[in-house]
Amino acid sequence: MAIITMREAISQAIWEEMERDEKVFIMGEEVGVWGGTYAVTKGFLDHFGEERVRDTPIAESAIVGSAIGAALNGLRPIAELMTINFAFVAMDQIVNQAAKLHYMFGGQMVLPLVIRAPSGGGRQLGATHSQTPDVIFAHFPGLKVVAPGTPADAKGLLKSAIRSDDPILFIENATLYQMRGEVPEGEYTIPIGKSTVQRVGKDVTIVTYSKMVKYCLDAAEQLAKDGIEVEIVDLRSLRPLDMGPVITSFKKTNRAVIVEESWLSYGIGAEVSTRIYEEAFDYVDTPIQRVAQKEVPLPYNRHLEQLALPQIADIIQAVKEVLR
Amino acid sequence: MVNGEYLDIYKQMVLIRHLEEKAAELYQAGKVGGFLHLYIGEEAVSTGILAAREERDHVITAYRDHGVAVNAGIPVNQIVAELMGKATGISKGRGGSMHMADITRNFWGGHAIVGAHIPIATGLALADKMEKRDAVTICMFGEGATNIGFFHEGVNMAMVWKLPVLWICENNQYGMGTSPERASAVSNIIQKACGYGMPAYDVDGMDVLAVRDIVAARLQEIREGSGPQFVEARTYRFKGHSMGDPERYRSKDEVKKYVENGPIDRFRKFLIQKEGVQEKRLDEIDEEAAQEIMEAVEFADNSPEPADEDLFRNIYVEE
Ligand SMILES: Cc1ncc(C[n+]2csc(CCOP(=O)(O)OP(=O)(O)O)c2C)c(N)n1
Repeated sequence: MAIITMREAISQAIWEEMERDEKVFIMGEEVGVWGGTYAVTKGFLDHFGEERVRDTPIAESAIVGSAIGAALNGLRPIAELMTINFAFVAMDQIVNQAAKLHYMFGGQMVLPLVIRAPSGGGRQLGATHSQTPDVIFAHFPGLKVVAPGTPADAKGLLKSAIRSDDPILFIENATLYQMRGEVPEGEYTIPIGKSTVQRVGKDVTIVTYSKMVKYCLDAAEQLAKDGIEVEIVDLRSLRPLDMGPVITSFKKTNRAVIVEESWLSYGIGAEVSTRIYEEAFDYVDTPIQRVAQKEVPLPYNRHLEQLALPQIADIIQAVKEVLR
Repeated sequence: MVNGEYLDIYKQMVLIRHLEEKAAELYQAGKVGGFLHLYIGEEAVSTGILAAREERDHVITAYRDHGVAVNAGIPVNQIVAELMGKATGISKGRGGSMHMADITRNFWGGHAIVGAHIPIATGLALADKMEKRDAVTICMFGEGATNIGFFHEGVNMAMVWKLPVLWICENNQYGMGTSPERASAVSNIIQKACGYGMPAYDVDGMDVLAVRDIVAARLQEIREGSGPQFVEARTYRFKGHSMGDPERYRSKDEVKKYVENGPIDRFRKFLIQKEGVQEKRLDEIDEEAAQEIMEAVEFADNSPEPADEDLFRNIYVEE
């Protein structure tokens, strides 16, 4: 195993897939000369050339739209959105086009498309640049939404996404690029749509994904000191949503906390807890707790922003609550 | 007799320059966070524009907004406090560098989504037209923003409805690391305005009086009912796009060429050589501006953080 950053893992996945299949190419704002705003595509332009590493105008709607067209017509584009906040500019292309064309035309049209976008708050970027709207995109059948929380998952899942014939929104959390983790050497992929257990425990099930996986692992370490053993299930993909490992874990612990970075209302916590109640009601010992962002647009002020975002202490408190 | 307006213009430009230099310092010191887009090199554009506007005219711009904030008359105390996220900031510490606005001065902000404020400008002007108010909306944006749909939709609609808007493209030659040659089908941006059938002009954006004059003339015609007009101001951003820009897309020599002939130096030379202003007088103004910024930092340093309860204030008008 090599220890690399999330940035390197993502970069390697794209690089390897571009080496493997010349139909794969990347396009987006500043992916070429600049080397990627988050330096994910540093060195790509020199190696692959400007045909396959395409700097685009600031035109998110056309970035996604033209990637859809190229995908329909035989290529395998990776469209990079500088941040997921700009996906709203491309919302029609993502929601009304990418998510619909295959179904609406009776399965004729196939679009092997990956849209990559960094998400997440906590960097004092203000209300429009700090959102974690991942779940919004998971609302639409026809689109897959993948959001890894470790470098190993990021690499394996992104490679699968690039090889998939379905349109996939691949969400990276902007504060995780520096995160280090073990990544298998050599070629590997991870199937899309499979949740995984990131930590084994017997007392409480925590369900989470993306950046919050790390928060939950840290919370688990602290709870372990008090003799509380939490099990952490990482969804990894929001659509399809794999409840299997969640239900298995819940049947063992009978208690759950759902943790997400975004707002509480209509969120992952609402969906996952409902499914637990539907599928494992007889195993419920105590009401499920949700940890999420306070219901405000994120402010610039550092302290207020952190006050609004879910913290490790909130997770610990929620775990203690379900154990009461 | 020294022209007072000229000295005022000079003061505004150096005030912006000192503000930006201090902002960069505060950022390095960790007192300013988030994104910080400096206006150094572009001071003549907003200063020229605002020197020509009437107070009733609206101004709206993108995230590179400190220059407009100063020119619109927001006290530097409130600007620096906003940069530092303090309760006394013009946006109460919620907006930061990219989101300064003061609607009492008809300055409608600082907007961080590229081009998103362009259709909003169309709407400001629509309201003035419908309410028969004699105000023009001045909407500023970068050349990079002319590639996004917002621009085309907003500009077209304003033209169809003959609204009182002056579009000003601040062409600083790069949208992040991308020059118009690599991102715009026509690198002569005024051609886009011509495509929508409106009068369009370009101006040397490093010449503050040229900017002021062309804006004054356009505002006059718009007030007389011409409908939208367009000005492209050619300028240059001396610093990176925001803090931490590796600047792989341009050479040091290219930057140097512009810096050596910057808008403040040019205007200073003009004042000394053509207007007979004493160098000492300009140095004093410079000193005053530096002092104001120092005091603003002190003010911001001593200002309180927003209270925790403030987090939930202003989500809606009606709670
Ligand atoms: C819709 C959207 N896409 C991308 C960005 C990221 N971004 C911020 S500034 C910028 C460049 C804008 O260039 P330009 O309009 O020329 O203005 P300048 O920064 O040069 O003043 C980009 C791509 C954004 N804020 N909004």
